[in-house]
Amino acid sequence: MLTVLMQFLFSGITVGAVYALVGLGFNIIYNATSIINLAQGEFVVLGGLLMWFFTESVKLPFFLSVILTLLSAGLIGLLMERLTIRPLRGAELLVMIMITVAVSIVLRGLIMFKFGKDPYGYEPFTSGEPLMIFGAVIQQQVLWVLGITLSLIFLVYLFFNKTMLGKAMSACAVNPLAAKLVGINVSKMIMISFVLSAILGAVGGIAITPISLMEYDKGPALAVKGFCAAIMGGLGQGMGAVVGGFIIGILESLTAGYIHSGFKDAVALVIMLAILVFKPSGIFGSKSVMQVRKF
Amino acid sequence: MGKTNFFVLICLGVLVLLFPLVISDSYNLTIGVFAGVNALLALGLCVLMGFAGQASLGQAGFYGIGAYISAILSIKYGLPVALSMVIAAIVSGISAIMIAVPALRLRGHYLAVATLGFGEIVYVLLNELGPGGPSGFGDIPHLNLFGYIFKSSLSNFYLVWCFVLLVIIFSFNLVNSRIGRAMKAIHDSEVASNAMGLDVAALKIKVFILSAIYASFAGSFYAHFVTFLSPSTFSLFQSILILMMVILGGASNLWGAILGAIIITILPEALRKFEELDVLVYGIILTLSLLFMRKGIVPLIIDKLKVEKKHA
Repeated sequence: MLTVLMQFLFSGITVGAVYALVGLGFNIIYNATSIINLAQGEFVVLGGLLMWFFTESVKLPFFLSVILTLLSAGLIGLLMERLTIRPLRGAELLVMIMITVAVSIVLRGLIMFKFGKDPYGYEPFTSGEPLMIFGAVIQQQVLWVLGITLSLIFLVYLFFNKTMLGKAMSACAVNPLAAKLVGINVSKMIMISFVLSAILGAVGGIAITPISLMEYDKGPALAVKGFCAAIMGGLGQGMGAVVGGFIIGILESLTAGYIHSGFKDAVALVIMLAILVFKPSGIFGSKSVMQVRKF
Repeated sequence: MGKTNFFVLICLGVLVLLFPLVISDSYNLTIGVFAGVNALLALGLCVLMGFAGQASLGQAGFYGIGAYISAILSIKYGLPVALSMVIAAIVSGISAIMIAVPALRLRGHYLAVATLGFGEIVYVLLNELGPGGPSGFGDIPHLNLFGYIFKSSLSNFYLVWCFVLLVIIFSFNLVNSRIGRAMKAIHDSEVASNAMGLDVAALKIKVFILSAIYASFAGSFYAHFVTFLSPSTFSLFQSILILMMVILGGASNLWGAILGAIIITILPEALRKFEELDVLVYGIILTLSLLFMRKGIVPLIIDKLKVEKKHA
């Protein structure tokens, strides 16, 4: 019994880690711009597939491939902001949502053109015997996913709370006009927020691909789950999305294991609807903050 | 409904009448039927979004309910198709109340995402509980009215577009009625509308129900025309397409919804020749049109005409 439960828990935590990264990316962009970027899932896909391209196809060393993948993802995030988000600043909310959807379709089209519809995977970061915890079999890659996710989350926390740049970005989130008045370059901060969340997504993709493989059309589902995580923790509450992501991952895995695998994808949505109905500000959000926000 | 609108309606009516005479191959007529189905979906969202200011990313959910309920009732319980369509519309309306009541507390992103969640849950349920699961089911009877069976593309083309024309007339009358003016007031300012004594909540729910019923009929027409259903037709992507139709055509104008629906229906057919590049080209077209025509095509044309009038 315990063995099975542990197995489900660990697979839930693994998926949850990726949801957490996507959710965190949502929040970073939301805080800087008040828009939700539904192309967020595409960056996870890009991360996994570009990593495959650099390691398996070009045969570059591991670390160089990681750096190149992250650089490319960051560059695509930057281009997305400069070419589509910036020209539309001040447009209606729905137009902003649609433009991120349109960009995600463009990215998916590009990915499909380059990589086709097949799933891709590569070797785990370290080879070796799987670990046994309470009788559950844990692949080493799972530990990599968790370790990378947690340290990344810690870095993001440090960035926003300890560095000048991060604090400037937080200031933009609270009040863009006031931020401008004290000399913060708001437009630059928005750009950085897109680059940052693109990289976060790509890291998730790089880490998870050896476990679950990656294919061109995984983006939208990841975006929806990551968004549920962000809503659950309270939109704009950075660490809330992380907790939300892990909770959703675990509940999904338990549902698939104990109830019915087909209902797995509904779990995140049902939780999200319940949160929206009973406490729209999320578990960690405060109501007063929500009323101040533009959208 | 105004002289100009009446004129455009007559033009559209003539166009519908002549289209099958000019283009008679059944493939293009089938696309014509789909354009009509999409026009119904877009009209529903347009009334909801452009006039009541409520976003919905879950229209595919109502579309799916309309298609599945109507198909299942007519196959399993042998009900007449017309009756099943009406029952499906009632079920859609009730589910609209279920989503609209909690959604009333939500605005902007939160409302968009709550409706998205609803649409996706319907999608999961269709996959799990619908006959045939993910692979779907067939042998759905055609619509039979007074002994006439709507089987061919031609008859369905006229059927769907006649319904669309009726819905357009109804929608224009609605938009220009007291309720329509109240809806526009909500769109501009909920607080002010409330202060003027409008029952904002009740009105929002009614508009939600109306848009769900439009979508439900679209689904039923689809089901009894194609006679085969699978959940993939009613995915999140469909909801996004419906939103795209409305935004592309111009959310503030009912004609925009029709034009957007026609463009979005034809676009994939026109992109066939790009083969595997079609998704990419499609995305680029959407991106560019959002960047350069964010108000939508029809409002853009109206603005242009106004400017020309001034100069003349």
